[in-house]
Amino acid sequence: MKEVLKVEDMSVTFELHQSEVHAVRDMNFSLAEGETLAVVGESGSGKSQAFLAIMGLLAKNGRAGGRAMMGDINLIGMEPRRLDLHRGKDIAMIFQDPMTSLNPTLKVRTQLAEVLVKHRGFDKQKATMAAVEMLERVGIPEPVKRANAYPHELSGGMRQRVMIAMALLCQPKILIADEPTTALDVTVQAQMLDLFKTLTEDFGTSLVLITHDLGVVAGVADRMMVMYGGRAVEKGGVDDLFYDPRHPYTLGLLHSTPHIAHRTARLDPIQGLPPSLEHLPRGCSFNPRCAFAFDRCLAERPPLTETGNGREKACFYEGPMAYGKVA
Amino acid sequence: MDQTPINLLEIKDLKKTFSLSGGLFSRRLTLTALENINFNIRQGETLGIVGESGCGKSTLGRCILQLLSPDEGQVLWLGQDLTRLPAEEMRQRRADLQIIFQDPLASLNPRMTVGEIIADPLRTLRPEMNKEERRARVLKIMEAVGLLPEMINRYPHEFSGGQAQRIGIARALITEPKLIVCDEPVSALDVSIQAQILNLLAELKDEFGLTLIFISHNLSVVRHVSDRILVLYLGRIVELATGDEIYDDPKHPYTRALLTAVPIPDPKLARQRNIDALKGEIPSPINPPSGCTFRTRCRFAKPFCAETRPPLEMIENGRLVACHRWREIDVPDEAVLGE
Repeated sequence: MKEVLKVEDMSVTFELHQSEVHAVRDMNFSLAEGETLAVVGESGSGKSQAFLAIMGLLAKNGRAGGRAMMGDINLIGMEPRRLDLHRGKDIAMIFQDPMTSLNPTLKVRTQLAEVLVKHRGFDKQKATMAAVEMLERVGIPEPVKRANAYPHELSGGMRQRVMIAMALLCQPKILIADEPTTALDVTVQAQMLDLFKTLTEDFGTSLVLITHDLGVVAGVADRMMVMYGGRAVEKGGVDDLFYDPRHPYTLGLLHSTPHIAHRTARLDPIQGLPPSLEHLPRGCSFNPRCAFAFDRCLAERPPLTETGNGREKACFYEGPMAYGKVA
Repeated sequence: MDQTPINLLEIKDLKKTFSLSGGLFSRRLTLTALENINFNIRQGETLGIVGESGCGKSTLGRCILQLLSPDEGQVLWLGQDLTRLPAEEMRQRRADLQIIFQDPLASLNPRMTVGEIIADPLRTLRPEMNKEERRARVLKIMEAVGLLPEMINRYPHEFSGGQAQRIGIARALITEPKLIVCDEPVSALDVSIQAQILNLLAELKDEFGLTLIFISHNLSVVRHVSDRILVLYLGRIVELATGDEIYDDPKHPYTRALLTAVPIPDPKLARQRNIDALKGEIPSPINPPSGCTFRTRCRFAKPFCAETRPPLEMIENGRLVACHRWREIDVPDEAVLGE
């Protein structure tokens, strides 16, 4: 399968008053054409910052290192003017709250057409027509009417569709979606996830889905990467990670997620809190919350190592993991 | 001996409207947030309330607690109508009925210490208690919700979302309530923390003999915690049944659609599943469809569904459903799809 993005040794650091915080460290992954990669983790795991870095959208005090190769161009550290040639055109990103990404003072069609005028040199009329067509393709009823609306006149689901339409106008190879359905109702969420499937299948777009919701991951992703404390702790195919998790954190997330089909008396959550990035524990970052931690985990940080079948994990523990019974 | 459960609350013909300004030259508009709401809450149960945004689930919770005054109908607390209670008596009654909010940090006063926040309801509801008694009570509750005693003098901003929610729960518990309305209590929390809080609520319910109303848009969470589930659509009850009945044998087309839209954390099941995706979005409650309000998105709708509003019928086992066609569509999905 053709590789569209290869991230190598990427890191993200933020300068604070007197210290530095490492939000992302040693990140390595590749993304194939038409593939959906889910990036899973809790707040502070670095999952959003990693992709903001690739898009050149870090806050002012943020700094990215390493490489994010799209063909032979490295997006990391590229100056904004050159990056603008690729952003929107080859790689696009959508966010949880569409209202923060849409300009409230401009009509939907104006905002959409601008993308085509800028990136593809369309004239205004042709751009507007293409914009309306795209609105229709992402499932917006009465696209002409919606195109003439302002963002606040649309519902949450509609706005998210407008965002997706905008992101797709230039047919980017890569679409990064950061918690795209978190703010939506389940019925609308189901419609959006369906739309994502169509996109990857029909347009061949590669999708990065950043989420905390394992239910969403199970429905759409091919592969997943689980992050904890700024690092990837487990990677592999979705079925492998769901049915045979090898990292205790992945297992813990699965046990924390209520499943509508089988009701259990008690969930089996991970104890404790996610770590502060400023004070990561020594050794494995997950060791204070891990039911399987032993001496080595407190002293040494487990590297991400291959375990066969395209899987990787960062954990020293090799024994069986019957959750809740070992601890 | 089989004991009939006591109804802690009886909600009768509840209606709540909001009046909206329609702009400078237009007439005022009326939004019907809740209408024809009838159900009971049994002592010791957890009743889940689900529905999409704007369906009225939070409004219902607030009407029950008299944080909003319903336009019509009764909220009977052990037979006593709360909607007609004088303010002072209602204030006393509030010790029995508490609430936990969605955004734990926003619901805590940033200038008060954790101890002051948790003790605050006691100042009004138990003015006879002295400082030492209050402190002892606060420490006891803090322990019950998993907060350390040394946290008593800290401020809310020093806490994570999960811990802040524990503070909110402690504040609700301090008055020894009988009923707690939990309004999206875990929606703002991380997955691992969400599970901790859900387990905590279940433990506290057993320990203190609580009755819970659990409002959430997340059906998996509601299914996990609830004994019975109430499904709302555009301010009206469409179905009420036990969790198992709702899940195994939903009667209302909206409940069915809602269930198939819930993401399942199981890749093989998720791929097999035929999602009965609802078309479109919730209509505006200002101008709801005639007849059955769900008919515009319902794949079983017939012309007569637009004419009369389906009554809320009691069917077997005390289940409630409001659909003209529930009997006809009460067959396995394949058969229905083949019609």
